[in-house]
Amino acid sequence: MEKRSRSFYVLAGFFCLFLLFLYGPTLTIGLLSFQGPKGGLTFPMQGMSLNWFRELFEQQAVGDIWGSFRRSLTLGFMVMMTTVVVSVMAGLAFRKRFTGSGVLFYFAITSLVIPSILISLGVGLIFNQLGLKVHWATSGFGSQLTWTLPFGLLIMFAVFNRFDKSYEEAARDQGASSWQVIRHVILPIIAPSLIGVALFGFTLSYDEFARTLLTSGSYNTLPLEIFGMTTNVTTPVIYALGTFTTLFSLIIIGLFLVIAWAMKKRRTLSGSDAGKAL
Amino acid sequence: MRTPRNIIAYLQAAPLMAVLLTFLIAPILMIIVVSFWGATEFSIYPAFQFDNYAFLFGSPVTYKVFFATFKYALITWVFTLSIGFTVAYFLAFHVRTQVMQTALFLLCTIPFLTSNIIRMISWIPFLGRNGIANQTLISWGVIDEPLEWLLYSDFSVILAFVHLYTLFMVVPIFNTMMRIDRSLIEAAYDNGASGLQTLWHVIVPLTKPGIMIGTIFVVTLVMGDFITVRFMSGSQKANVGRLISNDISLLQYPSAAATAVVLLCTVLLVIGILLRFVNIRKEL
Repeated sequence: MEKRSRSFYVLAGFFCLFLLFLYGPTLTIGLLSFQGPKGGLTFPMQGMSLNWFRELFEQQAVGDIWGSFRRSLTLGFMVMMTTVVVSVMAGLAFRKRFTGSGVLFYFAITSLVIPSILISLGVGLIFNQLGLKVHWATSGFGSQLTWTLPFGLLIMFAVFNRFDKSYEEAARDQGASSWQVIRHVILPIIAPSLIGVALFGFTLSYDEFARTLLTSGSYNTLPLEIFGMTTNVTTPVIYALGTFTTLFSLIIIGLFLVIAWAMKKRRTLSGSDAGKAL
Repeated sequence: MRTPRNIIAYLQAAPLMAVLLTFLIAPILMIIVVSFWGATEFSIYPAFQFDNYAFLFGSPVTYKVFFATFKYALITWVFTLSIGFTVAYFLAFHVRTQVMQTALFLLCTIPFLTSNIIRMISWIPFLGRNGIANQTLISWGVIDEPLEWLLYSDFSVILAFVHLYTLFMVVPIFNTMMRIDRSLIEAAYDNGASGLQTLWHVIVPLTKPGIMIGTIFVVTLVMGDFITVRFMSGSQKANVGRLISNDISLLQYPSAAATAVVLLCTVLLVIGILLRFVNIRKEL
């Protein structure tokens, strides 16, 4: 192996600083959430304790944290499932040019670049004028999809750009119907990427703020609850909540990565599934 | 044979179309309609008047706020691009094994999947009056008094933007760099190009599509933002998003809608220009 150049070490140093910049603040509030009972929002630490976590789990004076956590979790799963199914279907459709595919593509791009507050405002106004009540599971759900679906679609584009069509053609030559081709050839091949789409769907929904602001109704999702807390909570309990929900996100991400890794592993181990389609 | 295939494609695309028509196109149309409506202190009524636009374009605040929005977008773009490019370059050309590359790339992407609000809150212990930054600088003797402009200023707003959105540059640039044919770089070296010459004349031009996609993300996210500016400036600074959200909190929906229409046109115009330089679907 050739020797590392000096620019490698400079760039590696820069990269480490970048990681410090990315993770430093989060690790700091992680540490500060173990602040002693008398401690404040910044250093020095007044001893170590689980006081703020205890407060988070005990008192409900600051708001309905657990209710909002449950709602965010449910909504996240709803958005995740819908994103996977709708993106895969649209991804399949976009493999061929069809009338209106250009328009639909530009709609998706608009959905990605439109300022979130416009979705919030527009959906809120429509529900309002139709006399409907905004609710996180209806208007909130739809608004979040305008953010997760374009991401899902872009991932599907990336997947199908790299997809070797000869597998499909081979299956068709052997007499497979279009549905059999999708079910037994395309879906198994793209399955690990679907884990990625699912991960995006869930986490983007779980953390979404602006698009749910005016569309979630009287029951807050977790990010809305946290934002409410920033204006009236001045103790490290907010760090404890931050640490808790970040850890939760990390566990979810880890889980998805393990699943994707296991799927790849299984595929290389078991190899062919010839004949299973019969 | 043509027609049934087309029908299948329509059926596959239908759910996406339905969601976007209901929750994207209809809301945009609604905002456009409402931007011509009138408002009293506590309700809005249908009308067809240009008052909201007249007021918007007649107010000096509008121009100031639009200027601030562009300023945030431009400064954030410069920082995210230079940091994002450097990081992506390191990952793509200096990390040798694929396992290491994937691991480091994941390390860069994970924060994107955690809460933006928490990531903003996490700057408070750093930048506050008695925060880590001030304490460190004082203990080093660099300053005597705590710096007041670290938190609740343009500085903290842009810092948060860069912190939140650099990933949107790293990912597409890294993606394009990985598709560059390595033999082109070899060829440049063989012909006597220096490292910098190769970087500037070979790698940068080939990375342009990724840079464009990253730029689209960063510019639209910053221009459409209202929460980062509100939170990191302690409500002391304004951008267009905050103008809209203030009108909303005062129930002045028609006025908010008019501002939203102008903002949307501005963003789409910028994106339209950027899209002329790149074909997104081919670059993924």
